[in-house]
Formats: sequence, structure tokens, C-alpha cells
Amino acid sequence: MADRDLEAAIALTRFGLGARPGELARVRSNPKAWLLDQIRKEGADQPQANPATTQQRIAEFRDYGEAKKQAKYAKANGETPAEYDPVKMAQKQIREETGGDFAARAQLGATTDAGFRERWTLFWANHFTISATKLATATVVGPFEQEAIRPHVFGPFATLLGAAETHPAMLLYLDQAQSIGPDSPAANFLRRPPAMGVGQIDVPKRTRGVGLNENLAREILELHTVGVDGGYSQADVTEFARAMTGLSVGGLREGPATIGAPVFRPQAHEPGPRTVMGTRYPSGGKEQAGAILADLAAKPQTARFICGKIARHFIADDPPQGLIERLTQAWMSTNGDLGTVAATLISAPEAWDRRPAKFKTPYEFLISSWRAAGGSPKDIAVLAPTLTALGQKPFSPPSPKGWSDDAMSWAAPDAIVKRMAWAQKFADRATADRDPNILAAEALGAQLQPATATMIARAESRPEGLAILLMSPEFQRR
Amino acid sequence: MNALTRRQALTSAAAFGLSLNLLARTAYAATSSRKLVFINCRGAMDGLSVSPPIGDADYSALRGGLAITDNALKLDSHFGLHPALASVYTLAQAGQARIAPAIATPDRARSHFEAQDVLESGAGGVYGATSGWLNRAVGALQSQGKFNALSIGATAPLVLRGPAAVSSWSPGALVNPQARLPSLLMDLYRDDPLLGPALARGLETETMAQDAMREDMTAAPPADLKAYAKQGQDAARKLGDTVAGFMKESGGPQIAAISLDGFDTHANQLGLIAARLGNLDAVIDGIQKGLGSEWPNTVVLVATEFGRTARANGTGGTDHGTASTALILGGSLKRGGIIGDWPSLKGSALFENRDLAPTLDMRALFKGVLADQMGLDRKVLDTAVFPDSASVAPVSSLV
Repeated sequence: MADRDLEAAIALTRFGLGARPGELARVRSNPKAWLLDQIRKEGADQPQANPATTQQRIAEFRDYGEAKKQAKYAKANGETPAEYDPVKMAQKQIREETGGDFAARAQLGATTDAGFRERWTLFWANHFTISATKLATATVVGPFEQEAIRPHVFGPFATLLGAAETHPAMLLYLDQAQSIGPDSPAANFLRRPPAMGVGQIDVPKRTRGVGLNENLAREILELHTVGVDGGYSQADVTEFARAMTGLSVGGLREGPATIGAPVFRPQAHEPGPRTVMGTRYPSGGKEQAGAILADLAAKPQTARFICGKIARHFIADDPPQGLIERLTQAWMSTNGDLGTVAATLISAPEAWDRRPAKFKTPYEFLISSWRAAGGSPKDIAVLAPTLTALGQKPFSPPSPKGWSDDAMSWAAPDAIVKRMAWAQKFADRATADRDPNILAAEALGAQLQPATATMIARAESRPEGLAILLMSPEFQRR
Repeated sequence: MNALTRRQALTSAAAFGLSLNLLARTAYAATSSRKLVFINCRGAMDGLSVSPPIGDADYSALRGGLAITDNALKLDSHFGLHPALASVYTLAQAGQARIAPAIATPDRARSHFEAQDVLESGAGGVYGATSGWLNRAVGALQSQGKFNALSIGATAPLVLRGPAAVSSWSPGALVNPQARLPSLLMDLYRDDPLLGPALARGLETETMAQDAMREDMTAAPPADLKAYAKQGQDAARKLGDTVAGFMKESGGPQIAAISLDGFDTHANQLGLIAARLGNLDAVIDGIQKGLGSEWPNTVVLVATEFGRTARANGTGGTDHGTASTALILGGSLKRGGIIGDWPSLKGSALFENRDLAPTLDMRALFKGVLADQMGLDRKVLDTAVFPDSASVAPVSSLV
């Protein structure tokens, strides 16, 4: 570790989001201290100073739904519907607001001086995936990240877990908002026999079920805490789902002020004590789910599962066992203090291997390209088509498991051709009169390989030189 | 110009959760033109909606409003097909489609990701293999002659990953052929085991792809939800047609794998599954019509990682279950009834008192298809393609 230049290059590329011109020289005096200084109790940076809240977005979206119903009603009654088209408005909202949120995040990534803090944050946002592929959560992915993830990424894991799982975006994304305790007062009320005289005409909607939905309970166990081998059974999933009934998102019945806010509905909560993974939880309200979440956060299986993921994300698809061990011990001895876990990762010798082992995801590749050129993406229109073509559509991971974190998923032949085509176009626009030899030295430092440096030096044009840099084996990895 | 609008159509197909992967073969001697398409319906497709057991006395009571009864497309007095599967139904009536209504992988964990790994790896349990069974089948076929493997779609699925080399392609690469960059990079990647082979195959397929994209399709933005769904189905049909285009090319792929997403119907199942099955039906229709005279040489296999609970849940949907339905279609299928036994939906017959019980191992169907359609022998299937599976006998007399 005597080589400060190599350490600086690793700090900026492997732990951060890539080096901007001049950054290597600034970091060189003490790369590890530069990383450690980015850990702070108040959490991550916020992409937008005055963001729209989840509650505003959900309320706005419901207004469109209402307007659509009214327009349909008006049409059915032969009235002229209003000029305003709610469906188009909703589509516009999804496009502009979600696109704006994503562009703000990409701009933060491209320009931040604390690249590790942002990478660490993106890891947690992906761990607690919310996807815009579901209509109900299409406009709240960005607000969720700002409200539930970013403030908590260096605090206790239990706090982050509680914030993520009870957030309205998560309750909507994994269907918890509609789950009702089968023996709760609300279920009994909804199942009541029809009033005399109207029963024959007033047929209830056949598909309108009343009861449990175990989607969130299962994914918390499988993806967010103990992992699929964490030692839970189908019965544990169902018991946990029962305990969480009542956690929902405010609607009209709670009054306009709470539309879109997290609510607990005691009348929808399944009464009675619950047993999850061998522990008995007495009857209660929302504190029942809270107690189970706290216990899950503290389990050694959770520490091991997530520390394995951290090591895989930052260091290698098949990370050294010793590193996972080190991280797990740090986690267990501090009750999951994420700042300590981050510091342990930075201090671990296994993390500083000279060879870059991780293949960049499309987002990492694009952001690091802008950083290498000293620029920043202007808006969503320049980001969305490329990320979609490379398989990483903005805010739209295909499942609650989030984006893949291995080279096999991202280095398919077609993806390499697409990266090359994009690098060509990007380099045409970005180079102007700048020297690609200098850009390469500033982006990769001691990681720049002689073969790449030679080929850049012999390039027939400046854009060709920059494209070679961006597509070089060492720039594609971190 | 045509190629461009075609690309747009396929890009919109991707937005509807469709992606596809192809295995191309090039110089294999003309001993066989047998073709196989594998369609993976991700998210746990509800078999009890795909092939509703209309003759089972307990079906309606368990499913309530989610039961598909009056509007089912009747196959016989026991089973029907979902009304969205109109093309599949037409094929079934001609003896060119059959159902396996209670099939499952060996995995029982009800986790999407674990079960998809088992479905795609072909292993006896989770983490049993790091490559896919279709890739290993290609490897076995490569030992008989030369095969090239091609995956279409931005990411490579497990079912095609492994030692047999695969290419990949998806719409929209648009490489500038005048630039020196591709050859410079080939040189720079000479010693890179990941990027070198990947770029070589990527460039090779970019050329081949131009011919497969035959038709023009201009997609206008959808006006409302119905148009949106219609556009999804049109895109799905085009996707199937493009797969057929690839497969009909001289030296084109003989095996293709397609993924359809979005079958995880925890809530509002009735509408969701109708839309998803409509897309599935359109893809199959596109493949069948696009292949035309090659359809008799083709088998299409449709499977999912597991089924859904026998009972409806509290939110108009169903939760993770066990057995589901697989479909097999083809121009030269042998006639026959359902594949595997029907365990019934009686309370005592349900798996763990909640799910349709499996009566057939998914590997038995896959092995039967690879044996009958692709000519792989039992020993290879029992060891290389599906490791340690000698006790799982292939389903016989499919083709």
C-alpha cells in the first residue's frame, strides 16, 4: 500500500463513482482519510433541495384517478367532458417528474466530491428496491430514496429498515397497503351479509377479496433481512404478514390531510399474538410489526447476508470470505451501525487489490464517463434511451430483488456493442479541444495500462482517443 | 428506414416486459432443421387461470371471483384455456397444443429468484448449477456439429449462460461501420477473457440482425389504456414474428429463449393476467405464423417458476404457490390428453393445505422435448443437461 497514486485511483474508482479531472491530485495525500471523511451521521446528500414529497405525489396521482372517473361519468351522461385529459396528465406527470428526479440523482453522481457516499447510498437504494414498473409507484421512487434511504445510510440498520418497510412507497410497491387481517373488525364488517331487501340486486364485486397479502412479509425476509437461507418457513411468512396488517397508506376515509401518508388502521389489524421465527409477540397494534422488524434487524443471518452483498457490490462478484467475515463482525459488534461497517470496508486489506474485479453497471459506466469528461448529464432525454438500451431503464429494476450485481448480467455481447456505440457518440460531443491523453491520466491515474495509453496516444482524432479510454478494459471495470 | 421503425417497435416491446434470447446455429449440416423455442413466464404464472380446471368441483369455491368458468375456452369437460389464449386454443383444437396442468420444479421455497434459478439451471435444487440447461443442451448439440449461440435482449438469462458460447443482440445498437473503433478495441481486448469474446460475437450478430428485421411497423403513442394494451399485443406479435425471422434465416438459430415478465399477480389478478396472457398468446401467434412452412419442425415450450395459491387472497389476487401449468405447442405434436396427472383441488389433495400439488417434475417435460425434438439421448440428458436426474424419466411420445 505504499503506492499513493494507486491508492488514490482505487479510492476514486472502486469506492467512488470515478475521478473528475483534478480529483486524483486532491485525494493523493491521504486516500483512506478522504474516504473515511465521507461517512457522516446525517446520511447521504440530497439530489434536490426542495423535493416533492411522496405524500404530494400520491395525492396528485389520486386526483387524476378521480378526474378520470368523473370524465367517464360525464361522458356516459352525454355531457361534454372537460378539456383536461386526466390520463394524459398522469402520463405527463410520470414522464416529467420521475424523469426529473432521476436526472437530479445522476447530476449529483456526476458532480459530487463525495463519490463514496453516493455509491454507498445507491447500494442501499437497490437493496430496498422500489420500481417505477408498477403504476402505483411510478412517481415515488425518487421521493422514497430521499425520505427513507438517504437520511439513514450511515446510522443503525434497524432505523433504515424501519424507515424503508413502513414507507408508503414500499407499502404500495409490495401490496401491503391493501392487506387486511382476515379476523379483524374491518374484514368482518366487509363480509357482513347484505341488508334485507337489497341483497339480490346489490351483488358485491366478485373479485373484491378481504384479507391477507403476504408479498411484503416474504420479501422483507428473503431480500431485505435474513435472506432466503435465513431459516424461516411458510408459517413465519404468514404470521409476519398478519402482524403487519393495518400498516397502510392514507386515503379519503382518513381525510384529505392524510392522503398518501403512512397510516395504521387498528380496525384492519389481525388481533392476537404472533410467532415469527420462534419468537412470540404479544397482541398489539403497529408495535407488533415494529418488534418483529427490530428482531430481524438484529439477527446474525441478516448481518451475514447483507455483508456478503456489500462485499459483492464493492469488491468482486466472488468476494474473499475474510472480507465478509470482517464486515459481519463489525456489524454484529455495533448492532448494525452502518457507518462502522462502511469504515471497516474502507480499512479492509482485501478491498485494495490492484486489479479492478468489478464490471461497471450501465449507470456506473455512464456516470463515470461524465466524470472523466468533467461534465454532467443535462436532462433525462440524454440518459433514458441509453440506460434502457443497456438494460437498466431509469428507476425500473425488473423485480424487488433490484438490479443484478455481476458481470455476467451486464457484459453480454450486445451490451458491449451498445456501450461502444454510445461511447463513440459521447466522445464526439465531449472532446472539443481537449487532449484525450490528459483525460485518460486524470480519469485512471495509476490504473491506466500501457496498452491503452499507447492506443490513445496513436488515435487518429481526439474523439477516437476518448472513446478508447471509455471502452478500455480498465475503465469498464472498477 | 424500415429497420429503424422496426427497432422502435421492438423497443416498445421491451417496455412491456418482453425480452428474448436466441441461440443461433450456423454451419451444422442439414441433417436436421428441428427448432425449439423456450418461453419463460417470470413472476409465477397462475396455472389455474391459464388452464382453468372447469370440471373440478372445488375450483369455483376456492377461487371465487378469480375463477375462469363461463368464459373459459373449453378443451374438454375437465379443462379449458383462458379466454386471452385464443391462438393457443386454435392450435389445441388442431392437436398442436397440450397442457401439463400440475407441473413444478424440484424447488419448494416459493421464492421467485430461487425458483427461477432452479427452473433455468435445470438442477435438482437451488445453487445446484451455475449454468443453464438450455446452454448445456446446446453444448451437447455442438459436439455433433457447429452451433453458434445468440441471445437477444440487454441482459443474458441464466438458462443460456454457461460453457457453450452465446452471442447476444437487441435492437438499437447502430454501430458506425466506418469507424476504426471496433477493430482497435478488438485489439485492446485481445487478452481480456470477458470483453474480447463478447465484442467479437456482438459485432458478428449486428450484421446478421439486419436481415431478420423484415417488416415495417410504426408505433403511434397509445391514446388510452385499451390502445396501450393493444400496442403491447402488437409489439408482442412482432417480437414473435422477428424470432421466426431469425429462425428461418439460412444458418439462423434453431433454439430461442424468450422471457415474459409481470406474472406476479398478488392483487387485481383478473385484469393483470388477461393482459399478460394476451401478450403470451400474441408472441406464440407471431412465432407460429412467422415460421409458416417451418412450423411443423418447431416445438414451443412455455413454463414458469411456480404456481399460485389455490385460494384467492385478500386483495383480489393470489400468493406464491407450487404447481402450475406448462404448455407445449408444435406443428408435429402427437395427440394426447393432459401431460401428467391431475391431483384435484380437494382439501386433502392440496400441497401444504394451500397450493395445487405437483404431479410432474418440470425436468421430465424438458427432457422429453429435448429427446423427441432435438434428438438428445437419455444418458446426456440424465447427466450433462440435467445433472443427477436419472430417476426423472422423460415424458414420452410428445412429438
